[in-house]
Amino acid sequence: MSGNVAIAWALLLHFSMISMMAIGGGVIALTPDIQRFAVDAHHWMSNEDFIAAFTIAQASPGPNFLFATLVGLQAAGWLGAVAATVAIIVPPSVMTVVTLRLSVKHGSSAFGRTVKAALSPLSVGMMLATAWSLARVADNSWGSAVLTALTVIVVMTRNFNPVWLIGIGALVGILGWI
Amino acid sequence: MPRHAPPPDAAATLAPVATKLTSAQLFVLFTQMTLLGFGGVLPWAYRILVERRQILEKGEFRELLAFAQILPGPTICNLAVIIGHRHAGIHGGIAALSGMILSPFVLVIMLGLAYRHYGDLLPVRHALAGMSAVAAGLIVAMALKMLRDLPRRRKNALLLVLAFAGIALLRWPLLTVIGLLAPLALAVFWTETHR
Repeated sequence: MSGNVAIAWALLLHFSMISMMAIGGGVIALTPDIQRFAVDAHHWMSNEDFIAAFTIAQASPGPNFLFATLVGLQAAGWLGAVAATVAIIVPPSVMTVVTLRLSVKHGSSAFGRTVKAALSPLSVGMMLATAWSLARVADNSWGSAVLTALTVIVVMTRNFNPVWLIGIGALVGILGWI
Repeated sequence: MPRHAPPPDAAATLAPVATKLTSAQLFVLFTQMTLLGFGGVLPWAYRILVERRQILEKGEFRELLAFAQILPGPTICNLAVIIGHRHAGIHGGIAALSGMILSPFVLVIMLGLAYRHYGDLLPVRHALAGMSAVAAGLIVAMALKMLRDLPRRRKNALLLVLAFAGIALLRWPLLTVIGLLAPLALAVFWTETHR
């Protein structure tokens, strides 16, 4: 149990720092670093468990960043889940409230536009890195790589709710086509 | 935008934008929104806040969203805090945020525990393999869309490649990569606009 406390504490510290690095809104873009931290550096879970946590969070309702909650659960049980979630949410929310209280000008101001323009190439780079690291873990066979590619084509050309696509993925998997 | 002038009595029944929501109402509102949000809450935030409940006007929503995106952290949570704060101060912010998080938190934990118990069963593993391949595809598509929408400029390309290489190829800690690149990016864009 004391092991869990130590892990939860480490999660709390690390996740509260990286939550402030989620620029352009995508906590999804923290995925490679969470993987590096939880799988590669600390061996709290396998790559397979990591991608399962990511997928389960994508398929369930609510904000997508709840995969961090599942990483916490896997690493240190309840305590880890709470620590991970609090760490992702609280620091940015405090920053938001402080910004509102100081009544800093909104995103349409000149300063806001400069910040947005400067950070957007970084957030695109982070997102591409996320895509890269997820695809590397998820696509361990020709079949799964084809399924990923088909998903990309469908999403780029059609307007489906992603949950239906994930459901189709489950079906394809159960039928043993990948 | 077509303007339909509502008859006077209908106008009175529409939720007036000026009305302040209480913390309890905010909690319920954001719980509804988040539980509908399979595959992302943001589209539902728009549908409920703007179209159904008319708590925000279209332009207002866009402006608050832009603000929520500039701030670090999850956009949808920042949006909840901003709207909650606007209606009922700090308590409103906490209420909206809790509504957004609490029920999906419990649900995702239940799914996580189910995975711990049944994750080794062959059909579950096969289903998850298929779902993961699709989930990866969704993220690849999202990244490609963001790439498509990024203005074609040399400095954008350079910053993007550096961020990608640092995180994905060198596998450096995110804190190091963004800690180095964010000040650089801000300096580059700041000098461009203030010459």
